[in-house]
Amino acid sequence: MHPLPSEITPAGVYAQRRLYLQSGLALAAGSALGVAGATTPDGTLPILKGQPSALPGVNTMERPTTLADATSYNNFYEFSTDKAEPAKRAHVLVGRPWTVRVDGLVNKPMDIGLEDLLRLSPMEERIYRLRCVEGWSMVIPWVGYSLSKLIDKVQPQGSAKFLEFTTLADPAIMPGVRSRVLDWPYVEGLRMDEARHPLTLLAMGMYGQVLPGQNGAPVRLVVPWKYGFKSAKSLVRIRFVEQQPVSAWGRAAPGEYGFYSNVNPQVNHPRWSQATERRIGEGGLFAPRRQTQMFNGYAEQVAHLYAGMDLKKFF
Amino acid sequence: MRAFLRSRSAWWLILVLGLLPLTGLVWGVVADQLGVNPAETLIRSTGDWALRLLGLTLAVTPLRVMLGWPELLRFRRLMGLLTFTYACLHLLCYAGFDMGFVWADIVHDIPKRPFVLVGSLAFVVLCALAATSWNGAIRRMGARNWQALHRSIYAIAVLAILHFWWMRASKHNFAEVWVYGLILAVLLFWRVINRIKRQ
Repeated sequence: MHPLPSEITPAGVYAQRRLYLQSGLALAAGSALGVAGATTPDGTLPILKGQPSALPGVNTMERPTTLADATSYNNFYEFSTDKAEPAKRAHVLVGRPWTVRVDGLVNKPMDIGLEDLLRLSPMEERIYRLRCVEGWSMVIPWVGYSLSKLIDKVQPQGSAKFLEFTTLADPAIMPGVRSRVLDWPYVEGLRMDEARHPLTLLAMGMYGQVLPGQNGAPVRLVVPWKYGFKSAKSLVRIRFVEQQPVSAWGRAAPGEYGFYSNVNPQVNHPRWSQATERRIGEGGLFAPRRQTQMFNGYAEQVAHLYAGMDLKKFF
Repeated sequence: MRAFLRSRSAWWLILVLGLLPLTGLVWGVVADQLGVNPAETLIRSTGDWALRLLGLTLAVTPLRVMLGWPELLRFRRLMGLLTFTYACLHLLCYAGFDMGFVWADIVHDIPKRPFVLVGSLAFVVLCALAATSWNGAIRRMGARNWQALHRSIYAIAVLAILHFWWMRASKHNFAEVWVYGLILAVLLFWRVINRIKRQ
């Protein structure tokens, strides 16, 4: 009997499985079953579990978006401007050897491999709201740890005021970077205190498995109180700098995408209102839109970062 | 072919073809086949089809003249009204799914967002054309006035492309805008050339 095509493990997934095994994360569920390098029920991605996070306010009680919706409606312009396309193309990101360069104004610059990133700190599961600047939202159970763990490891110098995040732009596997939609590579930035905030997550998984390609494999940023585009995917470099970085969207349309881009129902995008959002998968076609919350509902945790700032000016 | 174009069934065929996309969308709603964000799919698809049918409507006259097939003229009104139908659905989807039919919000939203304003303008002009699309209107207005009014379809084409361009502007995603813009530009340019040649 020949195995069905769907039963054959894709080479990338196999490589990834080995990698996660080597990193000593042959993960609770897998070992309990005595299965080495277990994968998720659909057999496509290795399991990556995290302990529920103990941080206050981190785990929303709202119903998580289905995995199917969260993995088939993605903005990932390096692959396509169509939201359904990344799901078909971005699997090439899974199982590649991966290194993140962490440098700039730090005492201990390093090239850190994915295996070391996976081991750097215990994995936590955090269920965050995700609000896209386009006016839709999801609820995603991420797996990762606070970016501050990595920041501490490289010892930033006193002059480092901002972090600049650069993501992969490889024309060999990403057809979108041949278009001029943005100046590639995609760059994002955070102020040091934002980057050090415990809510700021370095995610390597979601839904108890490693990140699918379209969601930013193998390692991405998740900043839940900012519009989704701030949460850069597929990170290749984190640079500590003195001056505020110019983000890719900031360069493309400075009047529309500010450096801060905090979720704020009172500050509208120039071309649409940000007062409400459509929660993906909630209540069908005729469900009313939800009211968008200040800082996406994380005001209690993060509002102090912006005390005294005019959020209309620093949008 | 030309005998068929003169037949009643050709008219019905165009009508059925023109309503196929709508049928597909209705089926998509019923069968939950419109993707992860069905409201967005409906708003965008109805807009896309309004634009496509506008292009087809504007293609009738150049085709009629170039092929020398006067019978094509019979379909122009039908296609214009199909354009209007999809434009109405587009507006209805925006008003319903994006704005929850809160008219105060919509009135507030229109001037604030240039692309919504431009789209609304195009729709207002389109309403005037749809309202005067029957034979009685031509008779009452006089052919000359009627024709002058209906030339505003060129303005609608420009506004529609501007609406589309502006919608995509923030994402710098102009590939499709170029395709539609180029087709409409060719159709308008042909009219300019044709006019010069006739003089």
